[in-house]
Amino acid sequence: MRQPDLARLGGALFLAGMLAGPMPAARAESVVRIGMTAADIPRTLGQPDQGFEGNRFTGNTMYEGLTLWDLSSADKPSVIIPGLATEWAPDAADKTKWVFKLRPGVKFHDGSDFDADAVVWNVEKVLKQDAPHFDPSQVGVTASRMPSLRSTKAIDKMTVELTTAAPDALLPINLANLFMASPAQWKKLEAAVPASVTDPKERAKQAWAAFAGSASGTGAWKMDKFVPRERLELVKNAGYWDAKRVPKVDRLVLLPMPEANARTAALLSGQVEWIENPAPDALPQIKQRGFVIQANEQPHVWPWQFSRIEGSPWNDIRVRKAANLCIDRDGMKDGLLGGLMVPATGTFEPGHPWRGNPKFAIKYDPDAARKLMQEAGFSADKKLKVKTQTSASGSGQMLPIPMNEFIQQSLAECFFDVELDVIEWNTLFTNWRKGAKDDSARGANATNVTYAAMDPFFAMIRFLDSKMAPPVSNNWGFINEPEYDKLAADVRVAFEPAARDKALAALHERSVDEAAFLWVAHDVGPRAMSPKIKGFVQPKSWFVDFSTMTLE
Amino acid sequence: MLAFILKRLLLVLPVVLAVSLVCFLLVYIAPGDPLISVLPPDASAELAEQMRRAYGFDRPLPVQFGIWLWKALHGDLGTSIATGRAVADEVARAVGNTLRLAAVASVLGFSFGLLFGFLAGYFRDTWVDRLVTTISIAGVSTPHYWLGMVLVIIFSVQLGWLPAVGAGPGGWAWDWEHLQFLILPAITMSVIPMGIVTRTVRALVGDILSQEFVLALRAKGLGEGRVFAHVAKNATPTAVAVMGLQLGYLLGGSILIETVFSWPGTGFLLNAAIFQRDLPLLQGTILVLALFFVFLNLMVDVLQAAIDPRIKRS
Repeated sequence: MRQPDLARLGGALFLAGMLAGPMPAARAESVVRIGMTAADIPRTLGQPDQGFEGNRFTGNTMYEGLTLWDLSSADKPSVIIPGLATEWAPDAADKTKWVFKLRPGVKFHDGSDFDADAVVWNVEKVLKQDAPHFDPSQVGVTASRMPSLRSTKAIDKMTVELTTAAPDALLPINLANLFMASPAQWKKLEAAVPASVTDPKERAKQAWAAFAGSASGTGAWKMDKFVPRERLELVKNAGYWDAKRVPKVDRLVLLPMPEANARTAALLSGQVEWIENPAPDALPQIKQRGFVIQANEQPHVWPWQFSRIEGSPWNDIRVRKAANLCIDRDGMKDGLLGGLMVPATGTFEPGHPWRGNPKFAIKYDPDAARKLMQEAGFSADKKLKVKTQTSASGSGQMLPIPMNEFIQQSLAECFFDVELDVIEWNTLFTNWRKGAKDDSARGANATNVTYAAMDPFFAMIRFLDSKMAPPVSNNWGFINEPEYDKLAADVRVAFEPAARDKALAALHERSVDEAAFLWVAHDVGPRAMSPKIKGFVQPKSWFVDFSTMTLE
Repeated sequence: MLAFILKRLLLVLPVVLAVSLVCFLLVYIAPGDPLISVLPPDASAELAEQMRRAYGFDRPLPVQFGIWLWKALHGDLGTSIATGRAVADEVARAVGNTLRLAAVASVLGFSFGLLFGFLAGYFRDTWVDRLVTTISIAGVSTPHYWLGMVLVIIFSVQLGWLPAVGAGPGGWAWDWEHLQFLILPAITMSVIPMGIVTRTVRALVGDILSQEFVLALRAKGLGEGRVFAHVAKNATPTAVAVMGLQLGYLLGGSILIETVFSWPGTGFLLNAAIFQRDLPLLQGTILVLALFFVFLNLMVDVLQAAIDPRIKRS
């Protein structure tokens, strides 16, 4: 039998010991794993799907717009700040033209430069149908968020001119939704599409599909690994242009977990460090185990949107005000939602620059509500019948059925007889666009679809401006009041930020005084996270900044 | 046998065509806008029309069906509206995950089902029978998503032995790093087929044991092992049919179980497609699952005919 060479064996063992022993321990990579509520990773090619959750995780992380949302404060309202543009102004002679100065020295993750040509290319990807890189799949989620933008051109390497269909002071706010993807990376991927694919549209489609798996933006996080429907791993962009926002954590792992109990179990078992929207009934256990609950008022509104068509009971302002005074919002907050809501007294709460000073104070005052109802001709024996459409679930709907039943019971104390028409979420959402006159409303005179109030158009104008009635936009109830139209028009041409805020405050003030909605709640975006996560700030926004946190 | 298989294949063709038509039409019956995932409700009417044209939803339904079927015959199930990825790739990835889960769940479910079924059938009306029957009834009666949650609470949250959700660190491998993710969903998924197979086999074995030929075998002095072989052979065609059907259900994935465990299989995919109202993805996934079922039924028919020639003759 062949004997082992003991000297050689000993040498090998010694070498192995030397390698294993004296080597300095490498710094462990810090990783934060997040359980999202989404059932799939939001799109990664620049313009995310899945609403603002998509923007939160795959938009603002890897990409940026010319303008950004300030996410640095938990106390102040989140406002627009310079992003990939450092300054902007409308043309003094022609207010449909805006000039944006671009931030110098910014690079895409693939190393190419961000410049005016990149901005033009990104506008054209969704607006210019004959552009080689035009992508219909990104149009819907982008064009609707910047409805007035028509074209752009480069003035010089670091200056662009953007043109709108009509004067629109809201453009800088809307541009936070146009994420800048790398033209160089896309062109490289398009060149790699097999030559056998000759149809330019098909080549563009394949290049975008490849881009989604090999993304390149300018954001603080870079794509590292992407498994569709399973995980997206981002690593920090050490060369990010804003040194203060270079991520302090090395890696962010995003996992789709649509089921609330599954997310909660993943957190409690240590499989993830952070979950979005934990199951409300698990909150005590989550807290008891030492996890931290983060929550803050979001620009989100849970309302009843009234029908104002002929014959609607909500045409009487006394009835609208009575409903607003008859809801015990604090009771709903503490008794039904475990504290996870902010009682709504308008679309914007005190402290917000667009709040104004409404004279009608929305609070719980059932006696005043009953008095208003009696003045309107109703009593305990003669109740007012109203019908509201809602859904059993849905994005942003919170707990729609329990909350609506709470309202139903509350309003019954103020001479209302509420009928709830519960329909499927997508159907409710689609009906929202069809309006109260459509058969799909099934005779309902209010609809319960929650909305985001990040920017003025989506927060107010689309509901209050008579020109926004179906099929144009979401003025579901066909509100037609000249004063709203005038105030909305004032907003469009208020180009100075202070003047714009003043015009918006006037519009909001008017809507509260007219009790345009039944305002009920604002969501608080609850998330539970490991106590090891430090330095996280939950702003008053749908978005968060993942760069500031550290992992102990 | 070849003629039998060909005849079965010919019968399958109209079924496949009907299935594809139903798959295509079913999703159109559901209310809501098919572009909801890429078109916010605040989008302008012009933009909505532009998108409808871009995705071909402005064409008459028969034309849409013809185009879809032609492409499907060439292996192109279209592009997901929500993700922009090829539906065939999405479904293939999900089917792979569901197959792994179904394979492990069926091994567990069928093994224990056969074992318990034979035990209960052989020891009918004894405490063994009662115990096994109780287990099988509990298996078919327990809501499996509830069982999944209980298993997660015990083994993931309390004991910390197994991961609660997901399919591992991306890309499948048969190693512990990945297998640990499979255990809880596979056990949860195996419980119903186990219960059904147990009850079927118990009834079959009990019935066969009461037949005269078993009495004759014993009278001839055959040992219990030989008798068991005869009983098993007689029970096999029906048991195979039941297991085939159950395998079909398992391969179809379970929306509830895959959602509870965030397991990226066909059930999880269907759930996402339904909530995003992603028509091409929904149609493609349903079609593939339906074809699976048709194919599996064909296999079961052929297998039954191979085991029991009487079926072939009939």
